[in-house]
Amino acid sequence: MKILVSVKRVVDYNVKVRVKADGTGVDVANAKMSMNPFDEIAVEEAVRLKEAGIATEVVAVSAGIANCQETLRTALAIGADRGILIETDVELQPLAVAKLLKAVCEKEQPQIIICGKQAIDDDANQTGQMLAALMDWPQAAFASKVIVANGKATVTREIDGGLETIEIALPAVITTDLRLNEPRYATLPNIMKAKKKPLETLTPEALGIDVSPRLKTLKVAEPAKRAAGIKVADVAELVAKLKNEGVIA
Amino acid sequence: MSCLVIAEHDNTSLKSSTLNAVTAAAKIGGELHLLVAGCACTSVADSAARIVGVTKVLLADAPHYADQSPENIAALVLAQATGFSHVLAPATTAGKNLMPRVAARLDVAQISEIVAIESADTFVRPIYAGNVLATVQSSDAVKVITVRTTAFEAAGEGGSAAIEKVTAQADRGQSRLVSRELTQSARPELAAAKIVVSGGRGLGSGESYHRVLEPLADKLGAAMGASRAAVDAGYVQNDYQVGQTGKIVAPQLYIAVGISGAIQHLAGMKESRVIVAINKDADAPIFQVADYGLVGDLFELVPELTAAL
Ligand SMILES: Cc1cc2nc3c(=O)[nH]c(=O)nc-3n(C[C@H](O)[C@H](O)[C@H](O)COP(=O)(O)OP(=O)(O)OC[C@H]3O[C@@H](n4cnc5c(N)ncnc54)[C@H](O)[C@@H]3O)c2cc1C
Ligand SMILES: Nc1ncnc2c1ncn2[C@@H]1O[C@H](COP(=O)(O)O)[C@@H](O)[C@H]1O
Repeated sequence: MKILVSVKRVVDYNVKVRVKADGTGVDVANAKMSMNPFDEIAVEEAVRLKEAGIATEVVAVSAGIANCQETLRTALAIGADRGILIETDVELQPLAVAKLLKAVCEKEQPQIIICGKQAIDDDANQTGQMLAALMDWPQAAFASKVIVANGKATVTREIDGGLETIEIALPAVITTDLRLNEPRYATLPNIMKAKKKPLETLTPEALGIDVSPRLKTLKVAEPAKRAAGIKVADVAELVAKLKNEGVIA
Repeated sequence: MSCLVIAEHDNTSLKSSTLNAVTAAAKIGGELHLLVAGCACTSVADSAARIVGVTKVLLADAPHYADQSPENIAALVLAQATGFSHVLAPATTAGKNLMPRVAARLDVAQISEIVAIESADTFVRPIYAGNVLATVQSSDAVKVITVRTTAFEAAGEGGSAAIEKVTAQADRGQSRLVSRELTQSARPELAAAKIVVSGGRGLGSGESYHRVLEPLADKLGAAMGASRAAVDAGYVQNDYQVGQTGKIVAPQLYIAVGISGAIQHLAGMKESRVIVAINKDADAPIFQVADYGLVGDLFELVPELTAAL
């Protein structure tokens, strides 16, 4: 079976971004970029399913500017077989990405597509669920364990109260949570091999998808900073302060 | 303006997150209908009808709504959504699972985890782990929204809305619940608690997490939380995680013990009213957001604090 994974190029999770002085956007010009951490987990899971003999091919898909090729190469270095870049300079919102992924699913006919649960830049947590709806496929979002057998996936999901396990028919969309696996580091030989793996480029226009943004960002701002706190000398002083704040009796 | 709010519940009682979503919807204005979809959930509809601001409760009662599968609930919401300008749900794991399906089928954007409402089409939402607040405007015919519960007060009780039964949609049969392992706890719910005691990797093990922090949480009547590192290391279950990709909390008092204060953790707790940090590293970033910092060994300081209360 074929597995698709979506990989997004985002500002690295260690970078603390700054708002542009005029409030029109976030300054990412010189920021370190990486694969969205949840997508690394998605690629790792797909590659493990291939290593277990369940998947036959893993195809990584990324949408965005030409530099997303680097993100796809990272996916190929982890073990994906080929990459698809959907190249555009338009700012992509989750609905547009879901429509692009739908077009790719129709072409590639995967049994499973694994997305990250959330991109750490827009924090939207939408794309996988939207794709599932557009395909009319079942979904298993926030997966912490995936078992694929007999044309079904049994997925344990992280939910607010704990865990739940569901069984879904394939084809289906799965989105990854943090504890699904620990992604491997790409080794140098695998990074070299990845350079030779096939990478196809498509465009939204060629796929016939309108990707115009639906939400207009009027402004961005940094949240109010907390007033500087103090260090207390000992437990007694802490207790006195907390009593004074009225947060303990 | 007319809002449809999707109620969150377990077929027996309404989840408090629904009350926060109702407050957000009430700010938008107009009719405010609450959809209760479940199985044998009349008691939920009854409490929904008593929420101040709700003008009507729509009750869909069918066996295949018992487990809240997003495939079935989305189909129901779509059938009920006609005529509403806004469809809202709390930004809980259930709301996040469901609402993008609704938005995609309506061919509209979803506006995730709003923290403020500027007008009927303009909302404020955090991005980049809460380091940036974006003000976004939607031109879509229907606004599909998830609401960050800590940013809106809980709606009160005292209303008396009519309950109207609505027809269930056919079972899609795409998904089957195998099992649920829910954390049983006598403590207050993490996301709504007044005091939260949270532990990180500094606790060193699950055994010491419980031994050191539980007596403190017991004394304070607090909920317990954790950093991702503590959850990943297996000290506690996943639903304890506070942060960008875990639960968002904003209690009166948040006590961070052995937590360094990575931005992903701060994203989940920096709106707390009073923050206390206990950490042996005086330079730990948690002290930059803490109102009161105590530098030292948590294994000495936490029992001392517990005894002093
Ligand atoms: C995509 C992504 C999402 C993430 N989401 C989240 C999230 O939602 N929530 C979250 O919390 N993290 C999240 N993280 C992880 C985050 O980046 C940090 O790795 C994590 O918060 C660190 O946890 P910690 O503070 O417990 O551990 P550490 O950073 O290891 O800190 C341990 C602290 O304990 C102190 N300490 C040790 N021993 C003692 C002692 N005896 N007495 C007193 N102090 C002591 C140390 O000084 C140190 O400051 C995410 C990361 C990524 C990449
Ligand atoms: N531009 C993109 N290219 C590829 N995958 C994407 C893109 N945007 C979002 N995704 C996928 O959708 C997931 C959730 O993103 P979001 O809905 O934006 O939080 C990400 O983890 C990716 O797997």
